[in-house]
Amino acid sequence: MDRPTLAVWKFTSCDGCQLTLLDCEDELLPLTERVEIAHFPEATPRTRPGPYDVSIVEGSVTTPTEVERIRWIREQSRVLVVVGACATSGGIQALRNLADVDEFRSVVYASPELIDTLATSTPISAHVPVDYELRGCPIDRGQLLEVLTSFLAGRAPDLPDTSVCTDCKRRGLTCVMVAHGTPCLGPVTHAGCGALCPAVRRGCYGCFGPMNGPNVPALIPLLRRHGMGEGELDRVFHTFTTAGEWT
Amino acid sequence: MTHRSNRTLRVAGLARVEGEGALRVRTANGRVDDVELDIYEPPRFFEAFLRGRSHREPPDITARICGICPVAYQMSACLAIEDACGVQVPAPVRALRRLLYCGEWISSHALHIHLLHAPDFLGLPDGIAMAAEHRPVVERGLALKKAGNAIMDLVGGRAIHPVNVRVGGFYRAPTRAELRPLAEQLRHALDDALATAAWVSTFDFPDLDVPHDLMALRDTEGYPIDRGVPHVSTGASFPVPAFSEHVVEHQVPHSTALHARLDGEMYLVGPLARYSLNADRLSPAAAGAAADAGLGPVCRNPFRSIVVRAVEVVYAVEEALRLIADYEPPEPAAVEVTARAGVGHGVTEAPRGLLYHRYELDAAGLVVSADIVPPTSQNQSAIEDDVRQLVTSYLDLDDHALVSLCERAIRNYDPCISCSAHFLDFHREDR
Repeated sequence: MDRPTLAVWKFTSCDGCQLTLLDCEDELLPLTERVEIAHFPEATPRTRPGPYDVSIVEGSVTTPTEVERIRWIREQSRVLVVVGACATSGGIQALRNLADVDEFRSVVYASPELIDTLATSTPISAHVPVDYELRGCPIDRGQLLEVLTSFLAGRAPDLPDTSVCTDCKRRGLTCVMVAHGTPCLGPVTHAGCGALCPAVRRGCYGCFGPMNGPNVPALIPLLRRHGMGEGELDRVFHTFTTAGEWT
Repeated sequence: MTHRSNRTLRVAGLARVEGEGALRVRTANGRVDDVELDIYEPPRFFEAFLRGRSHREPPDITARICGICPVAYQMSACLAIEDACGVQVPAPVRALRRLLYCGEWISSHALHIHLLHAPDFLGLPDGIAMAAEHRPVVERGLALKKAGNAIMDLVGGRAIHPVNVRVGGFYRAPTRAELRPLAEQLRHALDDALATAAWVSTFDFPDLDVPHDLMALRDTEGYPIDRGVPHVSTGASFPVPAFSEHVVEHQVPHSTALHARLDGEMYLVGPLARYSLNADRLSPAAAGAAADAGLGPVCRNPFRSIVVRAVEVVYAVEEALRLIADYEPPEPAAVEVTARAGVGHGVTEAPRGLLYHRYELDAAGLVVSADIVPPTSQNQSAIEDDVRQLVTSYLDLDDHALVSLCERAIRNYDPCISCSAHFLDFHREDR
């Protein structure tokens, strides 16, 4: 039987999430024996025409060309996995959604008319149906491998749907908010990173985006009590997953 | 057609580079008319949305410019903000930062050498095809990369976009005992790094000697990674705050990345520049690897950058081992950085070359303006010039061979295209 084909596509992003695939140092070569890399420009100029069994999509949609391209990729892909904060909630570049993009353009470029960009940065799911979403800025390597191996095994992937607090308790970490008074978004942030920030005694800053049904209003007074001012409160929810549904 | 006088060569999407770019070369009557490296990566406007952010935020935010060298962005941002606030971190914090940065150098260089660059010299399309024919070499490369990532995981809390870095130092410093297993892994990595340097030195390198000025940091001791003063191959140097008086960027119509000039001239940053200005600063093992690989005191052939990168990996592994052996956990892990109104500058050596940050803060510590000059925008003119020189010298090649030589010339620089498009501030020369 032919190996299933895997395609990796980049939209507006920093490349970090697709790099996670190359960062699977021990699993990379065995994986390439199980799937055929059909399109992955960061790793190879070789490309095969679709359709593709699995497409991994990194990045958000920020140009008219990208709107067209994601529709074509959806048509070409049996399973569409979107990876990372950009692809799942617009990424940091979605800050433009709250601002005047023409002004942004003129801050950075002398001839802004040469720069073709949309006024918004939107997640992939705003344009086409997606099969699986991996959260995170960047995604977790273990979750990426879980999606790929579950596909190869013909089962649904086991992806977390709780909050960072669950990961934190599972690791037996001391709660940074209760013990040290450090403001932490753990109670409302999607699980999956393994509670990396509390592990270095830092409060979670929400880079995996909102969990399903986050109770943000209940957390706000607690964050305030531990010293977060209004400006900081506003900014902490509007950084890496701005277009995510925090409320 | 081999000898057509009018040709247009196109590479629609460059492969085995980080980010999205294309190349167009036009020749007419046996002469090269035009070379355009088109960076069509969509812009992300970082400088625009850094405004109004607190002075504690740029290390986390600017890390997101690049998934491949986030530590470089975090380190230049920290230095610039600490400079604006009049703080210098103590030696133990600095040493731990340098260790983290060594991890990024090892990981990024090992990735470029084995998966992106070496296939060019072996006539293979990619690292996967290379693994089919040279599996032990690819496995050795991946083990080396893994050692670099292990440093970033342990010291940074995460290999991509580390979470443990803050203005003033770290959230939590690892203990001596936590670093011990890392040293064991790095001792193996040193053997792998030396073997890699010996291996890449056996490749065939096309002739090309770049005439451009080279610019890199130089420090009072050691090879430049986490700090230093800009030096130029002409013998000139200037203090960090004078950076924008010497390096000026301008927009070109065919690219979302800006082009930079150094005192009006095109120039190069990155491994060739670092090595050529700092070969005397290498550790004994790295200097030995450089000599064995046939590098002189200066290297101006971009195709040999793979050898220089391999030598730098030897250095970074050895340096990481030294830093672990001498490690004193900083206590506290971070010094307090109280905001004040002012301007600060920070430069460090990203794996791809010198990376400059400048921030203006108000009295409350909010960012008034930000300016970031990444390595690829500094090199973009020189990359185009290399392609022009190669096409001129190799016009007799058929289109396919010539295009692949041009692509190789670009990959020599390991260009970080998403960085250069996402992060360019503009100095308005017309004002």
